[in-house]
Amino acid sequence: MKFGVVVFPGSNCDTDVFHAIRDVAGADCEFIWHNSTGLTGFDAVVLPGGFAYGDYLRSGALARLSPVMASVYEFAEKGHLVLGICNGFQILLEAGLLPGAMLPNDVLEFRCKWVNLRVENPGTSFTSLYRQGEVVRMPIAHHEGNYHAEQEVLDELERSGRVVLRYVDERGNATREANPNGAARNIAGIVSEKGNVFGLMPHPERCSERILGGEDGKRVFLSMIKSLTQEGRS
Amino acid sequence: MKLKGTVTVALKEGIFDPQGAAVKGSLDTLGYAQVEGVRIGKDIVIKLSAASAEEAKALLDEMARKLLANPVTETYRIAVERV
Repeated sequence: MKFGVVVFPGSNCDTDVFHAIRDVAGADCEFIWHNSTGLTGFDAVVLPGGFAYGDYLRSGALARLSPVMASVYEFAEKGHLVLGICNGFQILLEAGLLPGAMLPNDVLEFRCKWVNLRVENPGTSFTSLYRQGEVVRMPIAHHEGNYHAEQEVLDELERSGRVVLRYVDERGNATREANPNGAARNIAGIVSEKGNVFGLMPHPERCSERILGGEDGKRVFLSMIKSLTQEGRS
Repeated sequence: MKLKGTVTVALKEGIFDPQGAAVKGSLDTLGYAQVEGVRIGKDIVIKLSAASAEEAKALLDEMARKLLANPVTETYRIAVERV
């Protein structure tokens, strides 16, 4: 089983994700330069956080035209696992692999803090090791995390269980105060229709070890490994 | 012919523009009580060659749809002039 972490010019969480996957979760992992094409041999691909192409024009808008993205698109279409974290999520939105778009945080601030998240769907390949309704803590660090989509798109996401993570307070309530960026319906993470593409603004790689202040993010990678292991057996 | 196209990208109406709201606050501070709202967009100026202004406009429209504007959150308009 092999994970690939795409490195765009301006990615800055690539090494952290690599470490979380290889050294913490224990899976084989390789970096993929954004100019490469073809993803043969990879079982899962991660688009890490950072500021690909300096976030010029719009976050993710230029990165989604990197040569590797045509392969990522094909990879996702085949049903393989694709995870986009923060800037990676923004790239997935711009690439049309997930619906909606990101707006600047409504508070006009770069928000860098720990947030509480409620697991809305533990039935995905990325969250199977969490419990329904479990409240977990993960850090966020972004300027454009204000998730936006048409009402009908939001309704469809809710109906089909594709809202996977929501910003909540410590007791698990999705209040306005618990929403760090103005995201529609406190949405922090969504999956694709087929469930194999997951985008989230929080950084699971930054909370995969106790020394980092929390381990709640580790299970994202372990869930993916579990899913790939089961896939290999069937 | 040589042309200059300007693609003006703006947030869709109804989408909150925090930057515009902040600027409005500062205009209020300066005493401009007449100001009812501020929205901030961007101009993307593109020099190009095309057979006609119409052709340039069609090309710019394609560029806007493919890259320059995000249809989920933004609208755009295009102006073309000869240089």
